Amino acid sequence: MTIRFNDETFRDDYTFHNSPEAVRRFPFPFDHDSYMYSVNIEPHRRGQAGSVFQHRFDVDEHYIAEMRDREITLKDDPLRCQSLPHMELAGWDFLELVMTCKAEDYPDLFSLTRDGDRWHWINRPLGIDQRFTFLDATTLPCGPMEYITRQTQGDHALLDQREGNLWMDAGMITSQADWSLDFDIGMNFFEWHAPVPKAAEMGVFQRALKFLLNLQQGAPVRRLNWTMTVNPRLDTSPENYHKWGPEKRTLTPETVGAKQYLRVELQTLWRLPRSNAVAFPIRCYLCALEDIVTVPKWGRRLHRVLRDLPEELATYKGFSVNRPMIVDYLSKFDDGAPTSPGIFPDP
Amino acid sequence: MPPTAFTPSIPSRPVYPGLVSRGATPALMLADAEGALALADLAASDPAVMDRAHLIYIPAGSDHGARLQALRPAQFHQAPSFATALPRLRKALADAHMGTVLYLAGTEGLIGQGLAEALAAGLPADAIQSEHRGSIARRMQCVHCKGVTEDVTTDPFTCSHCGLTLFVRDHYSRRLAAFQGVCVDAEAPGDIPETQEIRP
Repeated sequence: MTIRFNDETFRDDYTFHNSPEAVRRFPFPFDHDSYMYSVNIEPHRRGQAGSVFQHRFDVDEHYIAEMRDREITLKDDPLRCQSLPHMELAGWDFLELVMTCKAEDYPDLFSLTRDGDRWHWINRPLGIDQRFTFLDATTLPCGPMEYITRQTQGDHALLDQREGNLWMDAGMITSQADWSLDFDIGMNFFEWHAPVPKAAEMGVFQRALKFLLNLQQGAPVRRLNWTMTVNPRLDTSPENYHKWGPEKRTLTPETVGAKQYLRVELQTLWRLPRSNAVAFPIRCYLCALEDIVTVPKWGRRLHRVLRDLPEELATYKGFSVNRPMIVDYLSKFDDGAPTSPGIFPDP
Repeated sequence: MPPTAFTPSIPSRPVYPGLVSRGATPALMLADAEGALALADLAASDPAVMDRAHLIYIPAGSDHGARLQALRPAQFHQAPSFATALPRLRKALADAHMGTVLYLAGTEGLIGQGLAEALAAGLPADAIQSEHRGSIARRMQCVHCKGVTEDVTTDPFTCSHCGLTLFVRDHYSRRLAAFQGVCVDAEAPGDIPETQEIRP
C-alpha cells in the first residue's frame, strides 16, 4: 500500500485534514458509552489490515507534515528533546527497534541493511540515506534517540528502570497534551503522574507500574488515552500555553464541529534489550468532531461520554469551558439508539 | 517556631519528615533562617551529632548564627546567600566519605537546592534528612521562560524574568528544586484572579 502524504500544517493556518480513509481508521478510544480511568493495557498485537494497529509503528498520511512540525518546534525550543547522560544506550536500543520494525513493516518506505555494526538506513519519505556505526554516536548527526525520533511520528519517552520504579530520563516531546519534559525529566512514575486527578486514589498508578516493571522483551503493550484540542495543534505544550491558550476561547456553535478535535494518544510500551529501559511512544491522532460524527456509532457514543464525564476530568483535560457547546453539537448526532461494543465502526 | 505542618498534596510535592540524629558520624548541615532552630533541637536531642559536623548557615534576615556556633559544630560557616554557600557546599559534598549524613533545615528553596546538589554529587537519598521551618515561600520555575523566581508567597505571582502572571502549582521537580508556575490568564488575557497568600 502506498501512502499519499498530506501537505498540511499543525499551526498558523491549520491546513491539517484527514482523508475519509484516515477517519475510518481513527483510533476512537471509547469502547462503551462512558469513561473513567482504568489500567486499560492490552498486548500490542497486530490488528486488522488498514487499522492503526496493523503495524508496530503506524505510519500514515500525516507523517511528513508531522516531522516538519517537530522540526519547527525544536528550532524554537531545543529543550523539548533531552536525554540524561546515562540514557544513550537506551537511545540506541530504541533506534534499532524503530528501524527494524519500519523496514520490515514498510519495505517500500524504509530499508535497513546491517553488516555487523555498519548500518545503512534509508528513509524514502523524508529523503534520508544514512550510513553509520551502531553504538557510535559520532557517526550520526545527533544522538540516537533524537535521530530516530525526528523520523518517527508521536512523542517518545525513554524510561530507566531502577529502585523498583520507572524514571523519565529521556524524551522527544513536541506534541504533548500539556506537560513539560524539561520540568518532568528525572521524575519517577508517581511524580510525573502526580497532577492527574482521581487516578492515584483509585490505585491505577500502583497497578500500572507493577505491570510495567515486568514488561518483557518482544511483548509490547498498548493503551489509548484521549483529550480535547481546539484546532489541529500538535504543540499544545505548557511552554507555549500563553500562545495557544487564547484559541480555546474562539469556538462558536458554528465552528465547533470543524475546530474542536478529539485528540487520541496511542501509547505503546516496549522493553529494550541492552539498557533494560522501557520505550514509551505516545502517538497522537487528531479528528475533528464533524469527521467523528460521520461514523454514527462514534457520534452517539462521544456525545454520551462527554455529557456524563465527571467535571474534574473535564477540567483536567482542559475542555470544561467548551463542554456545553461540544455536548450541544454532538447531541444532534445522538438519536438514543444503542451502540455496539468495541471501538471500531459498525460494518 | 515548630516544624511546619503542610496540607496533604500530590505525590510530586516533597515532604519533610524532620531531623533525627544519626549520632557522631561525619555530617554536613545546611540551614537557612529559622532552620537554625531545627538544628538546635537536633543538637539538644543528641549533642554528639555536632562532634563531626560541618555546619553552613544562611541567616536570610534572621539572627541565629551565634546560637548555632554555640552548639560547637566541628566546622561552622555563615554565608550571606545560597549562591555564596554553593562552592563550599559542593566542595564538602565532593570530599564527603561513605556514611556522611546531610541535614537540611529551613525553607523549601534551601532544602530543595541542597537536596538537588547532594543527589547530583552522588549522596544516597537515605543519607539525606530534611525539616521545614520558617517561611513557606516557594521557589517557582516559570514553565514559559524557564526563569526561577525565589521566595514566592502569593498565588498568582509575577514572573521576575518574563513578567507573565503565573499560578502556583503543587507539581514539583526535584532536579530543578522548584515548583511549576503556569500563565494564569493564558486563555483570557487580563482575566487574573484575586491574589491570595500561599498556605502551607
